Amino acid sequence: MSRVTEVWVGVATCGVAAGAELVYSTFESSLAKHNLPVTMKRVGCIGMCYNEPLVDVVTADENRFTYGHVCPEDVGRIVTEHVLNGRPVNELLIPADGFFEHQVRIVLENCGLIDPEVLEEYQGHDGYKALQRVLSEVTPVEVIEEIKLSGLRGRGGAGFPTGVKWDFAAREPGPEKFLVCNADEGDPGAFMDRSILEGDPHRVIEGMIIAAYAIGAPHGYIYVRAEYPMAIKRLNKAIAAAGRAGFLGENILGSAFSFEIKIKTGAGAFVCGEETALIASIEGKRGTPRRRPPYPAVSGLWGKPTNINNVETLANIPWIIRHGAKEFAHYGTEDSRGTKVFALAGKINHSGLIEVPMGMSINKIVFDIGGGLRENKEFKAVQIGGPSGGCIPARLADVPVDYKSITQTGAIMGSGGLIVLDEDTCMVDVTRFFLDFTQKESCGKCTFCRIGTKRMLETLTRICDGEGVPEDVDNLIELANKVRVYSLCGLGQTAPNPVLTTVKYFRNEYDAHIIDKSCPAHVCRALIHYEIDPSACKNCRLCTKQCPVQAISQGKGDHQEIDQSICIKCGQCYEVCPFGAIAIQ
Amino acid sequence: MPHSNSSITGMSNEVDELLHLFAPFPASVIPLLQEIQAHYGYISEANLTRVATYAHTPESTVYSVATFYSQFRLTRPGRYSIRICQGTACHVLGANSICEHLEEQLGVKVDETTGDGLFTLESVRCLGCCSLAPAMMIGDKIYGRLTRGKVDTIIGAYRNREEE
Repeated sequence: MSRVTEVWVGVATCGVAAGAELVYSTFESSLAKHNLPVTMKRVGCIGMCYNEPLVDVVTADENRFTYGHVCPEDVGRIVTEHVLNGRPVNELLIPADGFFEHQVRIVLENCGLIDPEVLEEYQGHDGYKALQRVLSEVTPVEVIEEIKLSGLRGRGGAGFPTGVKWDFAAREPGPEKFLVCNADEGDPGAFMDRSILEGDPHRVIEGMIIAAYAIGAPHGYIYVRAEYPMAIKRLNKAIAAAGRAGFLGENILGSAFSFEIKIKTGAGAFVCGEETALIASIEGKRGTPRRRPPYPAVSGLWGKPTNINNVETLANIPWIIRHGAKEFAHYGTEDSRGTKVFALAGKINHSGLIEVPMGMSINKIVFDIGGGLRENKEFKAVQIGGPSGGCIPARLADVPVDYKSITQTGAIMGSGGLIVLDEDTCMVDVTRFFLDFTQKESCGKCTFCRIGTKRMLETLTRICDGEGVPEDVDNLIELANKVRVYSLCGLGQTAPNPVLTTVKYFRNEYDAHIIDKSCPAHVCRALIHYEIDPSACKNCRLCTKQCPVQAISQGKGDHQEIDQSICIKCGQCYEVCPFGAIAIQ
Repeated sequence: MPHSNSSITGMSNEVDELLHLFAPFPASVIPLLQEIQAHYGYISEANLTRVATYAHTPESTVYSVATFYSQFRLTRPGRYSIRICQGTACHVLGANSICEHLEEQLGVKVDETTGDGLFTLESVRCLGCCSLAPAMMIGDKIYGRLTRGKVDTIIGAYRNREEE
């Protein structure tokens, strides 16, 4: 048995929230107590969020043993049995569950394996080698050709070919140009960019420097959400370290190329993910989009040529340069090359971060990687692409995940949020949720987006409240199509997608709400009520004690009873009943 | 009690120091507002005026920026801000009932501050830790897989800390 040399603890946001810092310090003191020569390392997110906190015990022959759900109480055992005596604690090890088997990790190749705050760790995994090669032997034109050849498309949602975009900016004359990394990850249900920035920030920085070299930009900005304090902290550290090592600043690695990066913290506006709104925000203004053309490549930040790429797009660049465009294009499909990172969440067993080759079916992602649905519930749909995307029903889940196929369903690829919905999810309620989002986030510039989203939300709320009328659905479709056509930017153009896809695939649920006045998933409160089954009730009064409005009392006989006129339908009685005596009607 | 002159001067010196972290031009408006909010917890009318003067930007423009972005607060918040996540994953896993429970326990609605000035309840669009849904953030700390009981324990711990 090979000697244990390192212990790694995952300390990305999700790990920390699950208690990873305490696990780390417990390991540290336990190892010190036994005076063991083992190196402790803080690593980023490996993607198995469902097993956090995660600990890797690494041996001299580079075997990695992964422990999941580690609590401080487990640490002593792992140290004495595994580190000290070389016997892995089998019942605490994560069983092989297919999570990694079907993944291809390009963007995430280092996430969870390196300490993101140590530059040498990134360099130890071929970090900055792509940059060194580019600066010493490749011309900017050749870099752009290589990226074009790779077939890489923008991972932020729209899917515009990255090489072509760079070409536009490169062709603009003048020394003053800007390269912006869009890290304003605003889609609810998406955390790809956060995990990349927290787990491997240097990769994004290297991608930015190469992009800046290709288009000839001396200035760079990273526009990152204020809600991601850990990502901001690690980026700041990484920028400083890269500067000290000569990868940023004047005459990078002795070449004639100079480049600097500044961080701009977003202030909470979803619309700033749109390029022209993002530019306005960096300039200190309200984040309202403007008409294009001129495109940012011609007139962007302060009127100068500007190229904006998403975090994941830039994180692909160093790999493509190191391995070549052909190797990259080998993954994926004809029109969608490479891989895509998805944030898998919702009613799924293995919620976490995954990277799959383009073209994999939704079913394969949900069942083979995601481990199927929680509590074996019935798979109803996936919500892909956030508020701009749509719901794809389970019966179409054989569709391959590529730009073209997803668009054909009426949804969009989007930035990578993939929320799994089950039989207990009400599709009308989910649609109302997204419209509530877009209505609040609409900047108000275009009438159709500003008022149209509000009217759609009102209609959906009415339907959920049991006050829908038969013509509501047709009105929704008509309004949705108008908002799509008459809005200036991506927010308004795609805001109707959740409405259009759910009406298309789940019309029966709309009809149930409007005509039968019932919510098949038992979600919409106005359309449900709770009842106690007298024959199942053991009169334990747990529900009565739990009820926040005293709606439950002793009935006639040996059971409790709910007064429907007082009940607020919070469902707490339903959750606490140990005998399943409370039913939702 | 009215402020003494010295405390007003002291305050403006402190603000001046914050202002001088950034160059005096319109593009600094957002970082200036962020810096002031990070320091005082909100942006007072007086400080909004100071930012406008310093950044050579009309006061109306600074006000329009401060009200456009959801991050900025124009009223004094409680000591701890509780940000309940309303992202998609949290929504389908019951964030609404967690939010209602918080409202009930704290006796305030979203965007309000408790009478003792301890908590401000806010709702946010996705904290980006969907695998921990439903989740909330207090200060910089994230709490996941929330249940009503877990919420009570967490809130109780903050209250106890305050009493000590």
